[in-house]
Amino acid sequence: MKYASLLYANLFRKKLRLILTIGSFAVALMLFGFLAVVREAFAGGVDIAGADRLVVINRVSIIQPLPLAYMDKIRRIQGVKEVTHANWFGGVYQDEKNFFAQFAIEPATWKQMYPEFKIPDEQWNAFLKDRQGAIAGAATAKRFGWKVGDRIPIKGTFLPGMWEFNLDGIYQGTRSADDETQFWFQWDLFEEKVPERFKGQVGWYTVKVTSPDAGLKVSRAIDAEFANSPFETKTDTEKAFAAGWVKQFGNIQFLILTIGAVVFFTLLLVTGNTMATSVRERTGELAVLKAVGYSDNFVLLLVLVESLVIAGVGGVIGLLLAKGFTLLGDPTHGMLPFFFLPAKAMVAGLIVAMLVGIASGIVPAFGAMRLRVVNALRRV
Amino acid sequence: MVRVDGKGTSSLIKVRGLDKKYYRGGEEIHVLQGLNLDVDQGDFVAFMGPSGSGKTTLLNLLGGLDVPSAGSISVAGDEVTSMSRATLTQWRARHVGFVFQMYNLIPVLTAFQNVELPLLLTKLSKSERRQHVETALNVVGLGDRMHHYPRQLSGGQEQRVTIARAIVSDPTFLLCDEPTGDLDRKSADEIMNLILTLVKQYKKTVLMVTHDPVVAQRADVTLHLEKGVLVEGSLEQVMSGGAQ
Repeated sequence: MKYASLLYANLFRKKLRLILTIGSFAVALMLFGFLAVVREAFAGGVDIAGADRLVVINRVSIIQPLPLAYMDKIRRIQGVKEVTHANWFGGVYQDEKNFFAQFAIEPATWKQMYPEFKIPDEQWNAFLKDRQGAIAGAATAKRFGWKVGDRIPIKGTFLPGMWEFNLDGIYQGTRSADDETQFWFQWDLFEEKVPERFKGQVGWYTVKVTSPDAGLKVSRAIDAEFANSPFETKTDTEKAFAAGWVKQFGNIQFLILTIGAVVFFTLLLVTGNTMATSVRERTGELAVLKAVGYSDNFVLLLVLVESLVIAGVGGVIGLLLAKGFTLLGDPTHGMLPFFFLPAKAMVAGLIVAMLVGIASGIVPAFGAMRLRVVNALRRV
Repeated sequence: MVRVDGKGTSSLIKVRGLDKKYYRGGEEIHVLQGLNLDVDQGDFVAFMGPSGSGKTTLLNLLGGLDVPSAGSISVAGDEVTSMSRATLTQWRARHVGFVFQMYNLIPVLTAFQNVELPLLLTKLSKSERRQHVETALNVVGLGDRMHHYPRQLSGGQEQRVTIARAIVSDPTFLLCDEPTGDLDRKSADEIMNLILTLVKQYKKTVLMVTHDPVVAQRADVTLHLEKGVLVEGSLEQVMSGGAQ
């Protein structure tokens, strides 16, 4: 602590430069935060996917249906604990930009399948009894100002007509990454209203297995059961299914990593140059420190700590700005299923900032350490 | 007593056969050639000589800032020339006070903080450091300017702060490289009076490089660097070949 005044004085030697350098870190880390939010939005579902759940889709494509009759057959396969099914609806609420996912679900088994979604019992019971009932995620309800009891009109797209629902309940996720944007309604209503050619078909099955270890064996058994039938299946773990879904949007992870790498490399050049200039400007002072008895290692640490303080302060400011931005709400109005900056991304951001701080300070710091007093004083 | 014949026995600073060669542009420059020197506690020695004669090089070697090509330097029994770089750094902190021509104060630190710098390396408490710094600044007559930054001080005052920084840790000897070189005559006289006070009143050993014969006259002994060795005597004696 006794060296704090020396560190403080050096940091504040040129206030404008300090502010700009910290600002560079803050902007870079804010961008890192935004990228992490986008990455989480796409990949978050993969991270939190149930380890004991499988998704069964038509082998041709997810948009091809599967027969409802498969449900009992799947349930009989050894290692299967529970089965439910759902259909994609794809309706429009008021305007096409008001996107959110709508599923026709099988209520008898849905709640047991997804224990991470919490709904008050009285709301769920009301939904079970209401053929036109619906359950909305808390984020969607908040977005449109819905409350339980509201009538929600949704215009069908591939299933034409206006569909009216009673909002019987609002569910909430138990984890920060849980998707609270979905809208569920009764599969029976869906089945009743779809054209004859769509009847008796479901979009996909979700299967809960007795243990995560049984997942592979059960998925093979399901696909074997329906092999060579008109509706062959493709069964994956929920994690693999979610990852495959994300891949449809392109290699988001690579894109984010590339942008992040360019940003941090640029930051490294900027801050490295700043630190080098800062050290070069006080060559004589560093020589005097050495002359009066400060060791080479002390001078090395002094420069490195300065660099780390700048990186740390800038990093924290940038990450807090990014966090603050996410707390203001999703600017895509629900296009992204998750919109939050996870704590692990903030920690990772801070670590990256510190690494850039070390990398940008290490060359000037070594230069300062190796500085020969006699040569440096001759230059003054 | 100051000697240049290498026959001193119990001197504080003992230099024997000191050699220093530089290589510049492929050419060997032999600056010091078997130089001998003995300085006792409380001596005030001025080194003179033409530019490039090796005065500052000698001071750097004595202060452990540079290493000789050959020869030895011992201070109070410590063999300086055989020390490692790290040991030499610690030795400098304990034994040497530097006063530079260009002051070399840290501009973003106050006079107090500049003077406190060498004490941060010690185990002194904050209050003990404050006491030492205030004493040093009072000795140089800047007790009322301790919270001023270098830019708020005159050249003479800055040099006083440098002297305070040099004496604050009570080193064995002071090395002054052209301490008045950047000052007007009045300020130079004040600085010389201060150095003399340190020698006479506080029994400090001072080795000083100067170009100024008036300044050199204030020292107990003036030594001239000629052809890589030291000779004693006035400039006139040296020029006429009558020096020792």
